[in-house]
Amino acid sequence: MLSVLKKILNLFLSDWFSAKKDIKLGLYGPPNSGKTTLANRICKDWLGEEMGSTSNVPHETREIQIKEQITLKSKDGRKELLFNLVDTPGIATKIDYEDFLKAGMTEKKAKKRAKEATKGVIEAIKWLDEMDTVLVVLDSTKDPYSQVNITIIGNLAARDIPVLIVANKSDLKKANLKKVQAAFPQYPVVGISAKYGRKVKDLYENVFKLIK
Amino acid sequence: MVTLQFMPYTEIEALSSLGRIRKLLNIAKKNKIVLLQGRLKKDEETELIKATMEEINKEFKGIELAVINPKQEDIGGLNKLKNDFVEMLLGDRSGMTIIGPANVVKSIKKDPNKIELLTKERKKKRKK
Repeated sequence: MLSVLKKILNLFLSDWFSAKKDIKLGLYGPPNSGKTTLANRICKDWLGEEMGSTSNVPHETREIQIKEQITLKSKDGRKELLFNLVDTPGIATKIDYEDFLKAGMTEKKAKKRAKEATKGVIEAIKWLDEMDTVLVVLDSTKDPYSQVNITIIGNLAARDIPVLIVANKSDLKKANLKKVQAAFPQYPVVGISAKYGRKVKDLYENVFKLIK
Repeated sequence: MVTLQFMPYTEIEALSSLGRIRKLLNIAKKNKIVLLQGRLKKDEETELIKATMEEINKEFKGIELAVINPKQEDIGGLNKLKNDFVEMLLGDRSGMTIIGPANVVKSIKKDPNKIELLTKERKKKRKK
């Protein structure tokens, strides 16, 4: 009952105070899909500084990271978009500390990382309700039909949160943009390489279309 | 040996969301693969992931999850309305949900039309 009242209030208040509202743009996706690499690319392009560290070992981002007051400008320079960027830990259904051992970590560090990673997944899910718009970042070299991807996107749709699918790592030979598009035909998909900045400008234009 | 446990939707129908998640997770923690008739609600799926993360320890590494769903896009007009109404009243009984413990199931590969479940090979203990 309370949540319904809150929603009705928000609906009215958002119109009156829309100019002051900070848009939260979330980066969601499975581990190692390049969320933080993309966050760094966005921050570098518009703020001139990076956001977080990246690694080939999964679950490098284990806490929610926020960069506030980023202003995005459209290609023609006529539109501006002010938002807070929220980088989230990768969502997974399993975490095995032995995988971190195989990556060369000590047992103590591997166990600590696994414990932090589980908390990170929980935090990322809790933050779903806070988002205004979400970029779902997928590794375009991997199977897009994984249940984690479907669950994230399904939950965002149920919450009426606008979604843009970012098929990342398009610089790699195995990248398959068409497969990602075929898996989620009802959503806009942009193929990019966050690492090399390829097609990132297209992504920005699509963000403008998404947040009207 | 891999154990598969089939669960008709009626077994979870009367349970609360938390009850459903606990029931499914408890079976997976016993190293059994659950084949659930139908599917959980979308928010229950995320709650299942959250609950799984809370339970991870040295023995339990998490789950592999997959939902097979018949193509809903092909159903049009009145039939879709009918399906949505039945789903609202009785829950989503179409398709199947597979929940396997990560200790047993290595991965589940899903294509729109088929599903492949890859299990882990158990390490043989040498007799001294």
